Amino acid sequence: MEVIYALAVGILVGSGTWLVLRPRTFQVIIGLSLFSYAVNLFILAMGRLKVDKAPIITADGATDPALYADPVPQALVLTAIVISFATTALFLVVLLAARGFTGTDHVDGREGEP
Amino acid sequence: MSPWLQHLPVAPVLLPLCAGASMLLFRQHRVRAAIGLFAGFVQLAVALTLLYLTSDYVPGIWPEGIGVYSIGAWSAPYGIVLVVDRLAAFMLVLSATLTLPTLVYALAGWDRAGVHYHPLLQLLSMGLSGAFLTGDIFNLFVFFEVTLAASYGLMLHGPSAARVKAGLHYIVVNLIASLLFLLGAALIYGVAGTLNMADLGARIAALAARDRGLFEAGVGLLGVAFLVKAASWPLNFWLPAAYASASAPVAAVFCILTKLGVYSVVRVGSLLGAAGIASPLGGSPLLYAGLATMLFAIVGMLAAQQLRRLVAFAVVASSGTVLAAMGLDAASMTAPALFYLLSSVLATAAFFMLTGMADRARTGEVITDTGAEPLPTYATFGNVEDPGDARDSSDEVGVAIPAATAFLGLMFVSCTLLIAGLPPLSGFVAKLALLAAALDVRSTLELPAQSWLIICALLVSGLASLVACARIGMRLFWSPAGRSTPRLRVVEATPAALLVALCIALTVYAAPVMSYLHKAAVGLHAPQIYIHAVLSAHRERAPTPGPEP
Repeated sequence: MEVIYALAVGILVGSGTWLVLRPRTFQVIIGLSLFSYAVNLFILAMGRLKVDKAPIITADGATDPALYADPVPQALVLTAIVISFATTALFLVVLLAARGFTGTDHVDGREGEP
Repeated sequence: MSPWLQHLPVAPVLLPLCAGASMLLFRQHRVRAAIGLFAGFVQLAVALTLLYLTSDYVPGIWPEGIGVYSIGAWSAPYGIVLVVDRLAAFMLVLSATLTLPTLVYALAGWDRAGVHYHPLLQLLSMGLSGAFLTGDIFNLFVFFEVTLAASYGLMLHGPSAARVKAGLHYIVVNLIASLLFLLGAALIYGVAGTLNMADLGARIAALAARDRGLFEAGVGLLGVAFLVKAASWPLNFWLPAAYASASAPVAAVFCILTKLGVYSVVRVGSLLGAAGIASPLGGSPLLYAGLATMLFAIVGMLAAQQLRRLVAFAVVASSGTVLAAMGLDAASMTAPALFYLLSSVLATAAFFMLTGMADRARTGEVITDTGAEPLPTYATFGNVEDPGDARDSSDEVGVAIPAATAFLGLMFVSCTLLIAGLPPLSGFVAKLALLAAALDVRSTLELPAQSWLIICALLVSGLASLVACARIGMRLFWSPAGRSTPRLRVVEATPAALLVALCIALTVYAAPVMSYLHKAAVGLHAPQIYIHAVLSAHRERAPTPGPEP
């Protein structure tokens, strides 16, 4: 599972980086979104990957930490998702404003050399 | 300690939040401005009280000048703590001192160039306070985001094509930096198992050798994120365009944003160096990054054709100077660097305010900038009040000060002296202290050449800013081409003059300020005291039963 997970994060970061370096604002925003998905997955992985483990102590009171998932990265990732969602929305507004002002969707506000 | 005083550390965060939120209930600008002014004054009073409490005058309240506030009374490594030490209190006072004049300055009409200037400014103030106070890396991230989100809004305040373009770059670069910040924080958590900065400092020695590489990679990612904010070369190409195209009061308040990055580097670097191991965030790399930043700023200042760009590069230069001084591995450099930070933030902010006023005096021939032009209506998103009224003559109730040009000239000379570090203003005191400290420590350094590098960079950057300012100033004030006497308003002139007056006061009272900063520096170089204060906070308090799950 670790390999698949790592590959997923790697592919998302790779695609995100490529898209962020593209000249169109829409490509940049998709790149930023992919990048933030990758970061969110990475944060979750930093609590170690566990399947079928609860992040809170169960009613039977077992205290072996191996039985539980780490709750902190889950809380962190929730905050990170909310923040990246908000900033992406904000960036979308700026993107539209830039399109309205300059008449082009190039990040520099003018078309580069063909 | 009285039960109310105990909650004071959280006030700088809550107060702007409540003020900003309550402003949204009112549509009238006057009400919003009144709330903002009130909140600004209270914020300043709170910050000054915190400064007083951390000083030596009242040693009984917070031992060693470190106050710890556990939010929700959850104790340190698990709960979130706010920590007021001397450095944090100093930065709080600086940000409150800067926010209030920019708010007043904006009342001249800048705040009506777009919607929600006042709430955004309050949120910016909240984010800054939170970032200075927090003792937890993830919360530092959250407060960074609050600050940045507000700054995106302020950056685009009164949108124009140039502003939106520069703002777009600013936002993309800072979003990527934030994502790197998250990656770094996650790596640190994954390796060390904690995000509390004090706990991290205590645990770093116990890390397994095979984990150290990963840990330092995480700290490195954090460092990159901080340095993007601190405008360190080569991560600062977004800054001059962004600051130069922002409106004058916004650019003035942005002067402290770069110093937030510097503060984070210093704070995290200091705590990670607690275990006696060389801190992964500091030392020679920081010195060379700072020197490169100064060099970049020198070239930029000399090449600048507009006053705004010149001031933007001066902001970069001041960041570079502080970074380089902090990177020199010597405790005695810290206090002069902090003094320089204080003086340069006030000076660049006053300079940005001056550009806003001086731009109105010229005819567009000298500086072809869109900043103070009549702003295009941007009604796509509705409820934007007509921005044109900001500079309407009917609205211009200000007094035409006869000596307006003289005032502008005097301000310009003062700002130039402050930035170039010439006597008799506080810039000189700061640079002299830096030079003296650099000369003093050169025998104790491994590489005495580093000390000479810093001395050369300081002197050259002073000369370059003097040359650049003189050149632009001559064109701005002496060129006869179609000048008109600018109409100044008291609300605009007073805050700028106040900032310069503060710098003069800083020159006169340099000794007490410097002695406070020396104590702050001692605290930074003895992080064990901070760590002990944070981790033992819950034991000193009366039992605080948390809710049992």
